[in-house]
Amino acid sequence: MAWRDDWRRVRAIARKDLTTELRAKVGFNSVVALGVTILILLGLALGPDAQALRNAAVGAVWLATLFSGVLAFNRSFQVEIETGALEQLLQYPGPRWTIFAGKLLGNLLFVTLMVAIVVAAGIVLFGVRIPAGWPALLGVLALGIVGLVLLGTFYASMASRSRAREVLLPLLLFPMLVPVLLAATTASKALLGADLMHEAGAWIRLLAVYDVVFFIATFIAFEHVIEA
Amino acid sequence: MPATPPSPHSYPPRTSVWFAFVSFGAVIAAQTHAILTSPAEGDMGHLQKIMYVHVPAAWMTFLAFFVVLVFSARYLWKRNENDDLLAASAAEVGALFNGLTLMLGMIWGRPAWGVWWVWDARLTSTLVLFLIFVGYLALRAFVDDAEQKARWSAAVGAIGAINVPIVYMSVTWWRTLHQPPSSPATLDPAYTMGLRLNAIALLLVMIHFIRKRYEIARVERAAEHVAEAAAMGGR
Repeated sequence: MAWRDDWRRVRAIARKDLTTELRAKVGFNSVVALGVTILILLGLALGPDAQALRNAAVGAVWLATLFSGVLAFNRSFQVEIETGALEQLLQYPGPRWTIFAGKLLGNLLFVTLMVAIVVAAGIVLFGVRIPAGWPALLGVLALGIVGLVLLGTFYASMASRSRAREVLLPLLLFPMLVPVLLAATTASKALLGADLMHEAGAWIRLLAVYDVVFFIATFIAFEHVIEA
Repeated sequence: MPATPPSPHSYPPRTSVWFAFVSFGAVIAAQTHAILTSPAEGDMGHLQKIMYVHVPAAWMTFLAFFVVLVFSARYLWKRNENDDLLAASAAEVGALFNGLTLMLGMIWGRPAWGVWWVWDARLTSTLVLFLIFVGYLALRAFVDDAEQKARWSAAVGAIGAINVPIVYMSVTWWRTLHQPPSSPATLDPAYTMGLRLNAIALLLVMIHFIRKRYEIARVERAAEHVAEAAAMGGR
């Protein structure tokens, strides 16, 4: 029973965030536009040699995802703070972790949708040849997104309430995401090639371990972070 | 007019001056000993002497960040303000030694490897560690409320420390899966004594720095409490 109520809270918060986003649209559109713009700039900086671009595609897509994703996380808390809604959200009965889980779910859907567009743009702009084993690439993408959203949402819950939130969030977040960036790009590159060294599997396991470790750690730490 | 209650935040005892003299004296003695006794190394010559600061500084970096982890976790558990101040002091000193490690490594790398920087596993993970704790210190600088600052930075410190082994592992794989790692430098007995003495000397310096920084943080905090009490209508 209790978990069902918690799950309802989580869904309610996620739905509220996504509804706000859907009605305004400006947030999602500008974040996606920024992601694609970064891709184009990277293409200009690294091109025009087609082979060089193809080799750089994975890294470019991930960097575009990180740089534009970081804007989404601050937004998800900023809208609460600007209207004084966070205090009221904290007044509701029920465990605090459901707030984090709700934000997490909302951000996960937001970032997944954004990444889908950025990846599609990357495939077109950088001339990526999609291999037969593309479902594994989607798996890498999904695990990477989970790691990014977990830590992004967690740090945004603090950074968005500090002075200088624009610079603080990437400063906190990006060094922490080094394992995600390395694992996701290396595994994807291996899968785009023939994975002759069979290294993709190890990287995917590392990503999975990272996600599990920080899933537990951020849920525990959030209780300390959010208290009013 | 009601009397102001005595502040629970009394001024901490001053760190002793002789400890500073002993620790810096130990550095001078250990450096002198190491430089005078160690022979010029076959490949590197006297360049090897950088090791006597570089390697102990790297050890002190990890030690300092371990202190951050322990006192961050302790703060979240017991909510004692002093644990937060000690963790912050250790983070600052750790970042200092971390920076020193990187700088000396690069100064050594230029003549030894011919380049200032290589994307080696150790170098890269030490740099990432530095960036993680720069983030920690930036968070402290950008949050005003003392209690909030303590809770947040304890969470960031603990989570950052958890990531250190994962970063190290990922960076090691990233390098070694593509090319063989540089062979670990086995140390000739002629150099071990100098290294040990310098490690002890730098440990003393680190303890002095953390104590001094902690003392300053306590005084600052006590001053804030006095100012708050005055603003609340005391004297």
